[in-house]
Amino acid sequence: MTALAWLVPVALLLGGIGLTAFLWALRSGQFDDLDGAAYRALEDEPPDQS
Amino acid sequence: MTAHLPAAGLVKEATSAPPTATLVLAVDNMHCGGCLRSVERAALRLPGVSSARASLTAKRLTITVDPAQAGEVDLIAALDQIGFHAAPIEAVKQDRGDARQKYLLRRVAVAGFAAMNIMLISIAVWSGTASDMEPSLAGAFRWLSALIALPTVVYAGQPFFMSAADALRGGRLNMNVPISLAILLATGMSLYQTMLGNEQVYFDAAVALLFFLLVGRFLDESLRVRARGEAQNLLSLQGGIASVIEADGSCSQVAAHALRPGDRLLVAAGERVAADGVITSGHGQIDQSLITGESTPVTATPGTRVYAGTLNLTDALRIEVTAADSATLLAEISRLMLAAEQGKARYRRLADRAAQIYAPAVHGLGLATFVGWLLLGASWQTALTYAISVLIITCPCALALAVPAVQIAAASRLFRQGIMVKSADGLERLAETDLVAFDKTGTLTLGRPELLDEDASPDGVLAAAGALAGSSRHPYARAIAAAAERRCGKVVAAAGIEERSGEGLLRVSPEGEEERLGSAAWCGAESGGESSEVWYRRGTEAPRRFRFADALRADAAETVAVLKHRGYGVVLLSGDCAAVVEDIARRSGIETWRAGLKPADKIAWLEASAKEGHKVLMVGDGLNDAPALAAAHASISPASAADLSQRAADFVFQGDKLAPVLEAMATARRTRAMALQNFTVAAGYNAVCVPLAMAGFVTPLIAAIVMSTSSILVTLNAARLAGRGRS
Repeated sequence: MTALAWLVPVALLLGGIGLTAFLWALRSGQFDDLDGAAYRALEDEPPDQS
Repeated sequence: MTAHLPAAGLVKEATSAPPTATLVLAVDNMHCGGCLRSVERAALRLPGVSSARASLTAKRLTITVDPAQAGEVDLIAALDQIGFHAAPIEAVKQDRGDARQKYLLRRVAVAGFAAMNIMLISIAVWSGTASDMEPSLAGAFRWLSALIALPTVVYAGQPFFMSAADALRGGRLNMNVPISLAILLATGMSLYQTMLGNEQVYFDAAVALLFFLLVGRFLDESLRVRARGEAQNLLSLQGGIASVIEADGSCSQVAAHALRPGDRLLVAAGERVAADGVITSGHGQIDQSLITGESTPVTATPGTRVYAGTLNLTDALRIEVTAADSATLLAEISRLMLAAEQGKARYRRLADRAAQIYAPAVHGLGLATFVGWLLLGASWQTALTYAISVLIITCPCALALAVPAVQIAAASRLFRQGIMVKSADGLERLAETDLVAFDKTGTLTLGRPELLDEDASPDGVLAAAGALAGSSRHPYARAIAAAAERRCGKVVAAAGIEERSGEGLLRVSPEGEEERLGSAAWCGAESGGESSEVWYRRGTEAPRRFRFADALRADAAETVAVLKHRGYGVVLLSGDCAAVVEDIARRSGIETWRAGLKPADKIAWLEASAKEGHKVLMVGDGLNDAPALAAAHASISPASAADLSQRAADFVFQGDKLAPVLEAMATARRTRAMALQNFTVAAGYNAVCVPLAMAGFVTPLIAAIVMSTSSILVTLNAARLAGRGRS
């Protein structure tokens, strides 16, 4: 049963990291343009100055 | 915004911190990753632009720019050079829906996270109850669930609680009231039981319920945001740019929405008038078909009132912008529209109508269960647990999730085919229609004239007339040039042509032979009494006549035939004169037609049909149709329509064909069929589970699982609609 003492917090922590990552991605606008993002991934040139 | 731009955006290094402004532009024809890059690069090449980010989903470009160095107009010109049609969007308007959508998505994420974790813990606890889990550990797990559930309910439940509170304050019941009640009761009850160390703890049910309902809300909101965004892009793109004459006589380019009364505009031949106004100088002809539905151009002289969206055909005009005047046609139309829209606001959506019956029934059943079990001698905790089960089982997931899911699937299917769904309940109303009323100019027809009896003119004459007409932007001249091109190949516009506004074209060849193309008087011919004719005369030869008629859309007759075949009534309503309307009606196969209708007459006709029990779909484009579009049960307009009409219409379709009307109607019907299917699934599940729950055989946990299953089932059913559109 001692295993539970750390397994449960770890499970919650991992889930929490996932949730935080999602909220961060949402806030930083990564869900703003889902169609465009699909193409940007295929872009060869580095995304800097043109 | 800049601080949050993801790494993939194009960002110039800022050397200092100049004053910046954020501009948002709608970019029309952006379709792929290549377009995306071209648009961003073109914007970045302009001086003063520090960042540019295009969105393919929204078809918009957001840039930060130093307003001193570049403005909207420079950007639009730069994009125009590489072939993109752009227009500014007023930034204030665009973000509200977006913010609401993100607000919901954040709550979906939190509720999803909590639901999964609590479910995980619950499974351990419930299976532990059956085996050998120590009571102290089970208790700790319940406290852990409570720890996750309480903040989640407080945070993610807000949209429901607030709406329920609003409804109660107004003395009404809406769907959010039983939802809030079920969630709050289940959470409160579970907390109480946890404190007592009892087993009947149902945080899992409360949070899972919240998660599914939030997904439904999110989908519903996405549909609205997308529909609104598309509509706004469309309107902005139509406005475009106007040439304003400054006080010193110089010309500058200004976005149409920034025009103010008193501004003086220069409208070149072939340009659309950007704002309502009065002509101050210049003579010419104006195509008002978008406003009045009449295809014959009107003559404009100083003092003539012109409307936004009309096409200047011949000479450059100077116009002074005026504010909306209560005596104008436009004001009359606005007034009629306002009245019509008020009538339409009374329409209640399918889900809302269902909720009206549903919400009291749910409360009644829940209360009956609680009271019934108390009377049977159960403890109040048991009675309350059963009542909560009933509330969770009956929670209107099919209403809250299934209908939005079906509608968003239908809308994205239509988006892909160039049809924009502008109002969220448009699909429902469209599915109920049984009579289709078409406008003539610009709807059944393309709104541009086409040469009649083309074969009657010999090759030589047509080619010569085409060469003469090639330089003019008058629609009749264009039709002749197009016909000549079809017959004789490429037409090169002749040199040395003189255009006389309202009369015609004149060219004197080097040999001294005179060629004329224009009105009967201009060519010295005896007029045939029709206004839609143009004459051509070479030297002293007999003048030849060209006649014109508005070209029918290529598939107009076919569309009408299909509609009739499907059992719809088809009617033609037009403001044009009877002869023209009759001709179009005959060619498109419509038996019933009305001519010479004013906007108010169209509304009267619609009202009369409504009294006869018809639900009318109005398809129209002109400004004169706008009130009818607003008044009809459902309405569709082409993307070439006047902006007021597009605003009034439920759907807007793109392209030169009428087939999208059929597609929209078929999809709307299928959407309704599927929504009803989903209701049936939900009703069937309620019929089975509610008696069980009332009898106390269903714990809240089982209730939550069954409820989730039915939700997933109806969502998958909805996905079929979107899937079929892809092939």
